[in-house]
Amino acid sequence: MNVVTLSQLQFAATGMFHWIFVPLTLGLSIMTAWMETKYVTTGDETWLRMTKFWGKLFLINFALGVVTGITMEFQFGMNWSEYSRYVGDIFGAPLAIEATLAFFLESVFIGVWIFGWKKISRKAHMISIWLAAGATNVSALIILLANAWMQKPVGYVLRNNRAEMNDFLAVLTNPYGWIKFTHTLLSGYALAAFVVMGVSAWHLLRKNESAFFKRSFRLAAVWGFVASIGVAVTGDFHAVEIARTQPSKFAAMESQWETKRGVGMNLLLLPDVARECNSIEQLCVPNALSFLAFKDPNAEIKGLKEFPKELRPPVTATFISFRLMVGLGTFMILASLAGIILSRRQNFEEQRWFLKLMAIAIPAPYLAEQFGWLVAELGRQPWIVYGVLKTADAVSKSISTTQVALSLLGFTVLYGLLGAIDIFLLVKHAKKGPDKDLSAIINVQGYLVTPDAPQTDKDMAGIINVQGRA
Amino acid sequence: MDLSVFQIIWFVLWGVLWAVYFMLDGFVLGTGFLSGLLAKTDTEKRVLINTVGPVWDGNEVWLITAGGATFAAFPTTYALMFSNLYSALLLLLFAMIVRGVSFEFRSKLDSPAWRGGWDMAIIVSSFLPALLFGVAFGNIFKGIPMKNDFATLNFSYDGTLIGLLNPYGLLTGVLFVLLFAVHGSLYAAIKTTGELSTRAAGLANRLWLPLLAVAVAFLGYTYPATRLYDNFLKAPVLLIIPIIAVVSLLLVKVFAAKGALHNSFLFSCLTIVFVVFTGVTGLFPNLIPSNIDPASNLTIFNSSSSLLTLQIMTVVALIFVPTVIAYKIWVYRIFRARISGEDVIGNPEAY
Ligand code: HEM
Repeated sequence: MNVVTLSQLQFAATGMFHWIFVPLTLGLSIMTAWMETKYVTTGDETWLRMTKFWGKLFLINFALGVVTGITMEFQFGMNWSEYSRYVGDIFGAPLAIEATLAFFLESVFIGVWIFGWKKISRKAHMISIWLAAGATNVSALIILLANAWMQKPVGYVLRNNRAEMNDFLAVLTNPYGWIKFTHTLLSGYALAAFVVMGVSAWHLLRKNESAFFKRSFRLAAVWGFVASIGVAVTGDFHAVEIARTQPSKFAAMESQWETKRGVGMNLLLLPDVARECNSIEQLCVPNALSFLAFKDPNAEIKGLKEFPKELRPPVTATFISFRLMVGLGTFMILASLAGIILSRRQNFEEQRWFLKLMAIAIPAPYLAEQFGWLVAELGRQPWIVYGVLKTADAVSKSISTTQVALSLLGFTVLYGLLGAIDIFLLVKHAKKGPDKDLSAIINVQGYLVTPDAPQTDKDMAGIINVQGRA
Repeated sequence: MDLSVFQIIWFVLWGVLWAVYFMLDGFVLGTGFLSGLLAKTDTEKRVLINTVGPVWDGNEVWLITAGGATFAAFPTTYALMFSNLYSALLLLLFAMIVRGVSFEFRSKLDSPAWRGGWDMAIIVSSFLPALLFGVAFGNIFKGIPMKNDFATLNFSYDGTLIGLLNPYGLLTGVLFVLLFAVHGSLYAAIKTTGELSTRAAGLANRLWLPLLAVAVAFLGYTYPATRLYDNFLKAPVLLIIPIIAVVSLLLVKVFAAKGALHNSFLFSCLTIVFVVFTGVTGLFPNLIPSNIDPASNLTIFNSSSSLLTLQIMTVVALIFVPTVIAYKIWVYRIFRARISGEDVIGNPEAY
């Protein structure tokens, strides 16, 4: 393998690993903020216990999202220095803005939220989680606008041996980016809802803390349904935009080889890349594809054969990933709808088959997330910036195969270990369930008792002999 | 205003971002790699970790911002710096990753072996960045073996990871480690109570002399090893910068010896900031010089973004950097209290 392939593998592996944690952060941060707001406005302590329990899972998950994000920023320079040099004038700005605008806010207010229970008023505490959650969402917007620029470059000129920005507003308002943002954000909300439903179902099956988990489930079912519908709608916008801007990706997603008008959609389809056709084409819905892509049943769809072989993306992987994402999305809509209906029934806890299904369905949205990125990034190949720069020309010149092979190995080992530990902790704390009582917070001055009294500086050198307590 | 004005603005900002980063993460790294020496019991370890708990992540973001600013303002430097120093940056990255999760995971399981493991991880993953940053900056001051032709876009580098461990690089590494060690001990001393605080103050006092010795050696060796002094000789008024660094370093000891630890810590902050300013001023207008061919130097003029991008980034920085500073000050005020064993025992939120 050469430096390009190894660097691609490393970027894919570290990016996909990063993306195990990010969607849950996006969704669960907002959900936790919502729960705390419910507590602050109603004073009902179940909401506070929910905030603490789901908030803890959020934090364990958050840690890994943050540290693996730094890797992504470093890799542009480390492995893709030609890319960074060539498009840095446009691509660098969002990264810097993301850090100043979003990362500071997020990291600082997460700190306040974790450590501030006894130091600031309830309202201020609630505002911190909203600020942190809002910041994670804003950071997603900015980085997805940057990614969208690679999919559909706008607002630039080629000059001085590189791409230079000439219209910042165009970069910020790139429709591709806003579709990407809404699709991704909603997918994160849906994923978080499925995690909450799954964990709640697990506890309900054991009749553990039924009131607590029923309420959690009901909340999550509504979130999950609304978000999943939103994911499907924005996914459709996505496909429409791609049909116009990245015809080679669209053809690969649909495994469409010939350029034709009035194209139907085969429900059963299997590409045969060697023979440049499909080995299975069954259950065709006439004109559906033309209609979905251009909202016109007779529209022309460009086929893969329109593009020279070296400009086609890996068809089978793109196609299968797309189908699986859409399939999982459909399942999520149905499952969360069933969740809404069943969780309103008195005998919800007796619906054991459904609870079991929801408990084992937790991986479904995770898989859909990964397939989504495979479609977006594999489907764009061989381009790193669609139509402007090829991936093969973007790699660093001063790194060797050995270096990248070793770093890939290092990432695999380190990430494997950390991922295992994180998932172990998540499962352990999820299974443990919420703390029985809130005495740890209630008994000390602060959050519950005297919400608005700030703690005074205490200077008590020598008062506490810490040794004796350990 | 023309392009060169913005290039200079971003050079200054670049220096400020690094200086603030080292000032803030310096004490987190320092308390981290000294935690084995400072804390004797599990409770003391937790106290120490909790002194940095609410702020370490926000402090680390200054590094991400420094990286992002390099990318946005000087993309060619970002590209060549990160790819040329690939292996060193990889080690740094691994250390930062491990440090971040160690803080977060350590208290999530009640087992001595688990905690012991993360304690070790914190020490190693705090020491390594301190040393590596020093080594990296030493080599940047000195120049790295690269040949860049900006017209034909031919860039080449023939250095190695081992090559970075030259005497000057290592000396700068040790300087950084000692700076952060004193800084971290002082921070621990003013943020904890009782014996732990006393022990930390004692350590700061004892580490100061070795720091002074290494700082003197560094200033001396810099003359033959680098061209940093050229700018100061050309414009002697700039000498005020290293002078502030040196005076601050002396005041660290003066105050520490008197037990005025808050003042001592303040001057330790100034020392770090002005050490970085000294180096950066010496580099100007280079960001990374080449030690084999002056025409290959990466300067603010041959590696910067376009005027429009620099203008936009300047507006962003003018709005958001002061905002960030404002709320960070607010947060440091909320968490200004010293941390004691009582605060962490039985507190489910503490690290
Ligand atoms: C239900 C029908 C769905 C449709 C029609 C759809 C459509 C799409 C399309 C066309 C892309 C490619 C974007 C590109 O190439 O730039 C995409 C990407 C993506 N999808 Fe979906 N999707 C659906 C469901 C889901 C679900 C259920 C999830 C996760 C829970 C998901 C997560 C993602 C992610 C993370 C990406 C990559 C980021 C992006 O490009 O937006 N999608 N989706």
